[in-house]
Amino acid sequence: MIKKALLTTLGVALTSSLLMSTAQAGEVLDKVKAKGFVQCGVSQGLPGFSNTDVNGEWSGLDVDFCRGVAAAIFGDATKVKFSPLSASERFTALQSGEIDMLSRNTTWTQTRDTSLGINFAGVTYYDGQGFMVRKDLGVNSALELDGASVCTNQGTTTEVNLADYFRANNMTFEPVVFVKADEVVAAYDSGRCDVYTTDASGLAAQRTKLAEPAAHVVLPEIISKEPLGPAVRHGDDQFFDVVSWVINATVEAEEMGLTSSNISRLLVDSNSATPAELRFVGREGALGENLGLDAKWSYNVIRLVGNYGEIWDRNISGLELPRGLNNLWNNGGIMYAPPVR
Amino acid sequence: MNATNAPAKPPFWRDPEKRALAFQIVFLAIVLYIGYSLVNNTMTNLASQGIASGFGFLSTNTGFAIAETLIDYNESSTYLDSFFVGLLNTILVSVIGIFFATILGFSMGIARLSNNWLISRLAAIYVDTLRNIPLLLQLFFWYFAVLRPLPNPKQAIEFGSNLFLTNRGLFGPKPIYEAGFGWVAIGFVLAVIGTVVLFKWARRRQEATGELFPVYRTALALLIGLPLVIAALNGFPMSWDIPVLKGFNFRGGMSLTPEFSSLVFALSIYTSSFIAEIVRSGILAVDQGQTEAAFALGIKPAWTTRLVVVPQALRVIIPPLTSQYLNLTKNSSLAAAIAYPDLVAVFAGTALNQVGQAVEIMGMTLAVYLFLSLTISFFMNWYNSKMALVER
Repeated sequence: MIKKALLTTLGVALTSSLLMSTAQAGEVLDKVKAKGFVQCGVSQGLPGFSNTDVNGEWSGLDVDFCRGVAAAIFGDATKVKFSPLSASERFTALQSGEIDMLSRNTTWTQTRDTSLGINFAGVTYYDGQGFMVRKDLGVNSALELDGASVCTNQGTTTEVNLADYFRANNMTFEPVVFVKADEVVAAYDSGRCDVYTTDASGLAAQRTKLAEPAAHVVLPEIISKEPLGPAVRHGDDQFFDVVSWVINATVEAEEMGLTSSNISRLLVDSNSATPAELRFVGREGALGENLGLDAKWSYNVIRLVGNYGEIWDRNISGLELPRGLNNLWNNGGIMYAPPVR
Repeated sequence: MNATNAPAKPPFWRDPEKRALAFQIVFLAIVLYIGYSLVNNTMTNLASQGIASGFGFLSTNTGFAIAETLIDYNESSTYLDSFFVGLLNTILVSVIGIFFATILGFSMGIARLSNNWLISRLAAIYVDTLRNIPLLLQLFFWYFAVLRPLPNPKQAIEFGSNLFLTNRGLFGPKPIYEAGFGWVAIGFVLAVIGTVVLFKWARRRQEATGELFPVYRTALALLIGLPLVIAALNGFPMSWDIPVLKGFNFRGGMSLTPEFSSLVFALSIYTSSFIAEIVRSGILAVDQGQTEAAFALGIKPAWTTRLVVVPQALRVIIPPLTSQYLNLTKNSSLAAAIAYPDLVAVFAGTALNQVGQAVEIMGMTLAVYLFLSLTISFFMNWYNSKMALVER
């Protein structure tokens, strides 16, 4: 009896001390370097953003930013482990230290930034919430959706935007809310709902999974601003800087015309390179050192993952979405990196 | 007569009772300390990571909508309201699930022991198939199997002109009570009281004279007939709100959504297969001699089952049946997978993601399930002690 009691006590004490050690996260960057890989939270399967192929290989825009961070830290874009997370699991996974960074088409909002103990490191995709309906419904505008059943995902900004939009326009709707995106698609496809709503990029991606993609139409209204980007935990500014400057570096490289195939020349040929290019690849200045990384960090990101335009073309162009706001600032969009200097 | 003759009183650290007490105090202190440090540690870490905490969020507006609610709820309701919406939906689906699971389970359990080869085989196939398929798969099966073949509201299947079956649910007329309906309700209450009195009187008469009175038929006639007669005298003070197709869907009337139906289907069918086995084991536990004795006394087979076998079997059945009821209640949390707004979907899902206060919300959700489980087992323990063999 006493033995049993003591054993129980010991067990509880051990568990609680374990909890204490994980809760007090130290320097994330040092831990990542020590374990040799970045643990990255991604979505469970969204074509164009994070999806696995038949071999279980991940691809997508969100995935590429995880790889970019690994390339910056280790000079090796494969040093990433992916955790597929549902919308409702993602923040807890980041808060508890289960993942180092969250790169999962997550909207940057003030509440999330200020009350969840996380920081958004930048915007990798400017999106907005849209609606998709069957063409044969004969609906041309979201304002004709009064009384419709609307399928959506649980635990997203989408649910609140949806309610706001219908209320603002004096319309009613019936929400049908699922945990996983696949179930939303299946329910919409089997006719449970008139409308499927999520970010416009998500609609385009999920549309490819429908039985007859051509029988559906995305309505013109975009009802919200959804800046999507990676997030890290509060408390390690250095890791935060690494993630945000990896994003900036991809945008800057596109602006400078540096790509995964032409950047290598800057390492051998100094004469034709501008000072800005030499700074960018780490041959001048101390940008890498300041980040706590190798001088060639941004060179590695671009050589192994590519610039923003390359990442876009590789992943998003298959969805037939206009690049729109995600064009560079000097090309009609709002993608803008602070000077890399 | 001196102290040396009495057994020497051991020092207190050798006294088993005092020692046990001391150990328990030490143990309790350790548990309390660990509990305190866990809570304290969590609070400190939440604060140091800048994660908001506290229950203040419960009184703020939610801003999201919920499809099925038993109480008034809209986007400007508070998180506390969303908690109650989820809680009531969980309780509703559990109670209805338990009701059907019990009926189905008892029927299948008894059918499994039938002398009719076909019936017992069919019951065996039912039990063995459904027991071995995971509940989540059954849930998806019912949900999508039910949904796919059903037409959209514009091509609804009509039964008569008031009942419509679509992939948005089954829509039917909803009663609207008018003045004078109160008398009908009073009539029904009187009929219920009358039934109770009738049962008591019939039993006393049977004990005194041995004569049987057809109580069930009389009670049924009373329960339906009395309110009906009163309603007729008042000129049927009730009208029906018929659902009509308007825009995308039927409006008005009452509806049964595919989410609710498939959840009740899956939960009650899955659980009934376990209950069937519990009932079978309970009946087999009753000695064959009891049945033989009843037959020897000339009691009809149906009566033998109802009056001799089942009451004795219940003593074996109730404890494991309690766990099945608990399982069903807890399994109802799979609702989120098929969009039924239960407590886990609404509160631990949507609300948690809007406010992000995992510790508080999960704590409240766990407390609710603990409370529901304790309530069920408390009730079942009370029923069990009532059913226990009375030794004379």
